[in-house]
Amino acid sequence: MLALSRGETVSAAWLLTAAIATYAIGYRFYSRFIAQRVFQLDAKRTTPAVRFNDGRDYVPTNRVIVFGHHFAAIAGPGPLVGPTLAAQFGFLPGTIWLLVGAVVGGAVQDFVILCASIRRDGKSLAAMAREEIGPVAGGMALFAILGIMIILIAVLALVIVNALKSSPWGTVTLLLTIPIALFLGVYLRWVRPHRVLEATAIGVALLIGALYAGQWAAATPVVAKMFTLSPIVLAWSLMVYGFAASVLPVWLLLAPRDYLSAFVKIGVVVALGIGILFLLPPLKMPALTRYIDGTGPVFAGSLFPFAFITIACGAVSGFHALISSGTTPKLLESEPDARPVGYGGMLTESMVAVMALIAACALTPGVYFAINSPASAIGTTVASAATAVSSWGFQVSPQDLTNLAHQVGEASLLSRTGGAPSLAVGMATIFSGFFSRGGALALWYHFAIMFEALFILTVLDAGTRVGRFILQDLLGHISPALGRVSWYPGVVLASALFVAGWGVFLIQGVTGGFNSLWPLFGIANQLLAAIALSVGTTVIIKMGKPRYALVTLVPLVWLVAVTSTASVEKIFAADPKLGLLAHAKTVTGSLAFADYLDALVAGFFLVSVLVVVFDAVRVWLRVISPAVDLVAQP
Amino acid sequence: MTLREVRDAVLRIIGAPDYDGYVAHMREHHPDEPVISRDAFMRERLAARYERPGARCC
Repeated sequence: MLALSRGETVSAAWLLTAAIATYAIGYRFYSRFIAQRVFQLDAKRTTPAVRFNDGRDYVPTNRVIVFGHHFAAIAGPGPLVGPTLAAQFGFLPGTIWLLVGAVVGGAVQDFVILCASIRRDGKSLAAMAREEIGPVAGGMALFAILGIMIILIAVLALVIVNALKSSPWGTVTLLLTIPIALFLGVYLRWVRPHRVLEATAIGVALLIGALYAGQWAAATPVVAKMFTLSPIVLAWSLMVYGFAASVLPVWLLLAPRDYLSAFVKIGVVVALGIGILFLLPPLKMPALTRYIDGTGPVFAGSLFPFAFITIACGAVSGFHALISSGTTPKLLESEPDARPVGYGGMLTESMVAVMALIAACALTPGVYFAINSPASAIGTTVASAATAVSSWGFQVSPQDLTNLAHQVGEASLLSRTGGAPSLAVGMATIFSGFFSRGGALALWYHFAIMFEALFILTVLDAGTRVGRFILQDLLGHISPALGRVSWYPGVVLASALFVAGWGVFLIQGVTGGFNSLWPLFGIANQLLAAIALSVGTTVIIKMGKPRYALVTLVPLVWLVAVTSTASVEKIFAADPKLGLLAHAKTVTGSLAFADYLDALVAGFFLVSVLVVVFDAVRVWLRVISPAVDLVAQP
Repeated sequence: MTLREVRDAVLRIIGAPDYDGYVAHMREHHPDEPVISRDAFMRERLAARYERPGARCC
């Protein structure tokens, strides 16, 4: 089927057909195998939601609602950004990895962890790692979760910074979403208490107003000048925002913003699906580009392992294991529901990632590379960019680049790295083609930017708050006062520490570039997946079914191979574009410090994977061998 | 499906706390225990939601 799609210009229809067919086969056969043979899910066994029903955390809920809730929780900006960046290899590697990775890896991980958790009273991943493998793996899991959250927030904040730098329209629109959220918080508290849907509807209307306010600001020179912000100013503003979100009451900012974001998220995903389905845009990116050799301008590193690191969310995302062992297992009213929710939810996210890949590959490759390559590769003028990109074999004229920037209402689109702007151009083209016959490109572009930024802000603020609680929990071991979540100095200190943690990586990303931060996030996310799959394998072996452990063992071996190759290459490669230590030698001062810090983090992730896996293997051997002994001596 | 059921489903999906469900649960299973007010319930649920990983992802 995929071989069919290797023609001259390929329609998105082929990709969609291949995706839907692959998901259907995976769901129908493989997930049924896991449900019936591996876990023997049984509607007669009571779930934690039924057993511990307390009307609060544990609430038996209809599976359609659990699916919606689970999907809204797992689908974030990750599956949009990763495939966009990986488009530099061409559309084929990303598509194959998204389909195979999801069906054999990601969906299996989500499903297995969900099953394991509902059989263990809805326990969390860290708790299961501790109880099933041991205290070392459990402690490592907790540190890994904290580490990945720091890198995740930093890299996503950097995506916003790169999308909003020197863009008064985008900046004003996003800035206005904050007072809108505060207003909704006050509205829900005092004006019309608890009318959530009503408030959210008002919020959506206000968001559209913010979009037009941004347009006005960009067209009014005095205001435009005021909101044309440099990357470093934007970075500090995001840090202040993250800190505020962590210390302010939840009802004031986080909750209303979350309602709004969940609505916009589901709405835009559905609209994008409809747009792509009806337009079926041709893919202008070739199936494979020459950058599979590792010399690509968007990020350094060859197809293996970096395609599989760049696309984490959408194929395999370790972070999902936290959701599958968090809220979701406490809601399922019947065991067999775990299959559509756990396995099906991940397939849906993978589909979103395929749509993002289509949107990126529907762009003219020359435009794609001009937006996503750093200034060090293409210069800072449209003339130098057009010359550079054309010399790589992707024809584009200076006029094309100027026209496009003008059409989307931006001063320039050059070197807008981070994936969001090129995805926004792709989405705007699709929306404008479907909803407004090709017109209003600037409005659709900024709508897409607002959507992505809103999405990211909800991860940034909620993530900072959760990070603060984890940190307070750890600090509580040192001084009990610091662990008290209602003691204000402790709250402020832990919040400041956590924001500083991701702030360091954000600032170095602003000065040093996007290139090395995203792979670090991919490595961290896959590390968490490796921990989750180790837990899954242990659980299956302990159920007395070592043969079926292959279900989680195969993706685990693959992920260990990918993460260890990627970390080693990232740290030690001789090419300064790829290797952090080699790069550190070419620069001085804070830039060199940033490289050493990144190398240290990559090294920490690598060691964590190995420790957890070896710890797990020790347990597997112990579990399997006494079983053999028992048979031998009756 | 009634309009009310659609509304409730949407509210659950976006993660709004279910006070009516809580009250129904308390009446049925713990009739002798006190039921907290809607305000207190909403605040407690929202605060709990952002205390642990497991409700938000990348």
